[in-house]
Amino acid sequence: MRAALARLATGVRPHLGLGPALLLLAIVFLIPVVHLLQLSFLDSAKGFSLEHYLRLFQTSLYVKILANTFKIAGLTTALCLICGYPIAYFIATSAGRGKAFLVLLVLMPFWTSVLVRSFAWIVILGRHGLLNQMLTAAGITDAPLDLIYNLGSVLVGMTHALMPLAILTMLAAMQNIDANLSQAAGTLGARPSQAFWRIYFPLSLPGVAAGGLLVFITAVGFFITPILLGSPQETMLAQIIVIQIDEMLNWGFAGAVAVLLLIASIAVFYVFDRVVGMSALTGDMAPAGAGKQGFLSRAGSRLGYALIAGLGWVCDYLGSGWDRIFGTRGPHGGRRYGVPIAAILVVLFLALPSFVLVPVSFSGSSFFQWPPVGFSLKWYDAFFSSPIWRSAMIRSVYVGLATAVLSVAIGIPAAFALSRGRMVGKTALMAFILMPLVMPHIIVALALFYSFSKIGLVGTSLGLVLGHTIFSLPYAIVTILAVLKNYDIRLDQAAWTLGASRLVAFRRITLPLISAGVITAFLFSFVKSFDELTVALFISGGVATTLPRQMWAEALLNVTPTLAAVSTLILILVTVVILAGEYIRSRQPSS
Amino acid sequence: MQDRDHRQPKLELRGVSKRYGDFAALKRTDLSVSAGEFVTLLGPSGSGKTTLLTIVAGLSASNTGEIWIDGAEATNQPVHKRDIGMVFQNYALFPHLSVFENVAFPLRMRRTPESEIKRKVNRMLEVVHLPHVGDRLTRELSGGQQQRIALARCAVYEPSIILMDEPLGALDKKLRDQMQVEIKRLHTELGATILYVTHDQEEAMAMSDRICLMNRGGIEQLGTPQELYFRPTSKFAADFLGTSNLFGAKVEGVGETIDLSTGFHASISALRGADVGPGEEVDVMVRPEHLRLLKDGETADNVVPATFEGTMITGSVTRHWARLDDGTTIVALSLTTGPTLSFQPGEAVRFGWPKDGTVLIRPAREG
Ligand SMILES: Nc1ncnc2c1ncn2[C@@H]1O[C@H](COP(=O)(O)OP(=O)(O)OP(=O)(O)O)[C@@H](O)[C@H]1O
Ligand SMILES: [Mg+2]
Repeated sequence: MRAALARLATGVRPHLGLGPALLLLAIVFLIPVVHLLQLSFLDSAKGFSLEHYLRLFQTSLYVKILANTFKIAGLTTALCLICGYPIAYFIATSAGRGKAFLVLLVLMPFWTSVLVRSFAWIVILGRHGLLNQMLTAAGITDAPLDLIYNLGSVLVGMTHALMPLAILTMLAAMQNIDANLSQAAGTLGARPSQAFWRIYFPLSLPGVAAGGLLVFITAVGFFITPILLGSPQETMLAQIIVIQIDEMLNWGFAGAVAVLLLIASIAVFYVFDRVVGMSALTGDMAPAGAGKQGFLSRAGSRLGYALIAGLGWVCDYLGSGWDRIFGTRGPHGGRRYGVPIAAILVVLFLALPSFVLVPVSFSGSSFFQWPPVGFSLKWYDAFFSSPIWRSAMIRSVYVGLATAVLSVAIGIPAAFALSRGRMVGKTALMAFILMPLVMPHIIVALALFYSFSKIGLVGTSLGLVLGHTIFSLPYAIVTILAVLKNYDIRLDQAAWTLGASRLVAFRRITLPLISAGVITAFLFSFVKSFDELTVALFISGGVATTLPRQMWAEALLNVTPTLAAVSTLILILVTVVILAGEYIRSRQPSS
Repeated sequence: MQDRDHRQPKLELRGVSKRYGDFAALKRTDLSVSAGEFVTLLGPSGSGKTTLLTIVAGLSASNTGEIWIDGAEATNQPVHKRDIGMVFQNYALFPHLSVFENVAFPLRMRRTPESEIKRKVNRMLEVVHLPHVGDRLTRELSGGQQQRIALARCAVYEPSIILMDEPLGALDKKLRDQMQVEIKRLHTELGATILYVTHDQEEAMAMSDRICLMNRGGIEQLGTPQELYFRPTSKFAADFLGTSNLFGAKVEGVGETIDLSTGFHASISALRGADVGPGEEVDVMVRPEHLRLLKDGETADNVVPATFEGTMITGSVTRHWARLDDGTTIVALSLTTGPTLSFQPGEAVRFGWPKDGTVLIRPAREG
């Protein structure tokens, strides 16, 4: 009996560190979401009914919106992958300082809020915006073009918002590809283009698929960009949820829309898993279709291989034609100009737009107008003298700090358990922890709103912190896991044998050695919370508003340069935080 | 020496075992180590040496059994309270601390006064012949230097038991020889009890008071290097330490000596003492250095005929190979002294050895 208990204890012990994380996720994520889903099957008298679902399909309106959502998400995904691939490839295959700088340029927009970046596109694409000014000044057009509030502007905004995610995911996978493989192919007689298309590209496909999946899932839940940059024709599913709650407080129907969104996401996941396998998501390179003997996927991979081989020959043909005209090229062929130029253009597309907000914030005019008129500090003045803005700012800062502290405090033991423990179901646990990231945020936000409203957490800072931690925690855990992977547990053991208790060994040996990872996790968690809007939209309200929430409220009323001023401040803050994080990371001794 | 057995053991393992899932990494093991003793765990890779060591250190928990240190049960005592020092295979020096701070770490954990820390650390750095590296980071040291710092860090607080897991595994031969001497010196100077892991048999023979030979998660044989070398109790032990000549034989009679018949038309005898009875099938082991190539007319306790195969001089020793009638190859070893006997391959020769050189091994009790 005692032995059995002891065995049980040793079986459970490796999981203990995960306890807080799992508890938090269960209470603040799993239970609310399940609740919400239940809700969609209840009528106003709390009886089981399918009325909300009937309403969804009664008219063609919502089906159309669903189709529209898929179309926009699909196009966005395609754009992100096609434009993101060259830059990911370029970063993965280059080395040294330039590489770190490029990664930074991709990371910056990744952490900058979608809200701020949507404002930037208003400045650029607006009727009196930057682009129209340039076109008119150059004499290309007489009257300003309608560049904004259409499908094009929504796609530009969403691609801009999501491409960093695509790049970072593809990059993670590409960095596992052995650079020698392409060279080996070269020694075996493959031209550079062939080596690329027949060796590198197929190996990078799981990463591409993973990037595509993440972008698609996130895009499906978007509402900020289509509202700010689109017309009613670009309405997406998530907007319906916002409207149902904001204007009608119709829980059941909003829940049904959420279910629709969820089912759509799960369907995408299912297809992804069948074709590529989930391990591609974590960057573990499994050959596409490995272990899957289904006829479809086998046929699919055959077809894919044939297609790729075909592409290789086409490129080879073009390449050799090129050779004949311009003489032979260096060993790196296409990489010499083509890829770097494409990569740099994409990086500029990602990094520059947000900065148009800086001059606008000093404008004397009351509109988002280009070029800015005069020079004035009145928008900053308006910001700092307004008690609403000030308190929103302060709340965002301390909610961000609290979120970061909580994420790191829960994330450290969880990461330890995941990296040290020889546990059953590790993959499943990891998937559960990452789930909030891959589920449309709006669903989680909606679910939290409902559950929190039952226990009085709506409009409180605690509610916000809990909600934000759900999204920061996965980043924190993944970041800390990355440093722990290189950490030698024997250092701890050595400290114990030398007389240090577990706590002392952790404080004096482990913590200093993993501090870079912990600080980075802290900063990322902070930034993530600081410019989070979706949860804040539902959970914070009234006096307990956050900065992004206040910006959103303001933007819906009137887009004034105050928003540019706030955005500038946020840009500065995020830049400083990310640079600090990168600096600390770069100084970390590599073991 | 004699009274050691009456003293209380410094470290005692009683029925300790460890499983990983269905796999027994360590079978039920008893081991008793006296104070001041140098015991080596020797065995092939995967035989459970590290497992045993980590259980003693308290770094992993055993599934059964008890551990006693100084007559007190320590099975569930936390690592940092066991007064045990451990030198890790990869040294496990703290990369963010200077050499001085690494060595000072265990003293700081024991709240030793600052002045004493300084004195002890500096003295220890001198003992390991590295008095000037205190300010450096550990990664700025060579492998051998890191090894010495690891030793210094382990010895500075004078733990009464020191565990070493293949501490010399990463060093080259020359440095290894040098460090063996230093470890032995530390052992005598500190009077510490040392449990040492290696899979280098020469290292084990050179350094140990006793060797604990491990195989497949269990203790194969425990004894002094001489006992293990000259009185192995299993074929595994005979094979693992040094070279051995092994062949099967049958016990014919037990009298003044034990008489055996072999498959190659020679009867041989061994000293009494082995626990065997007439009719029993046994394995016979003879060390190559006991075997002598007999000249014409020369004789010995045991003589076997063989076909000569070749000679090789490897520095100070010479090896002779020959084949017995039943096809077994045997090796004889002698010091290289002057012109060797010259036999031609294929020639009939005789080998002889004294009867105390015959070691009887009972065939393995299967399992
Ligand atoms: N944490 C573990 N989980 C599962 N099996 C393990 C674990 N640690 C050790 N083993 C297994 O237990 C057996 C004994 O391992 P141990 O490390 O004690 O061997 P060793 O004698 O130290 O070998 P080496 O000389 O290679 O260091 C090996 O077969 C090993 O695979
Ligand atoms: Mg080992």
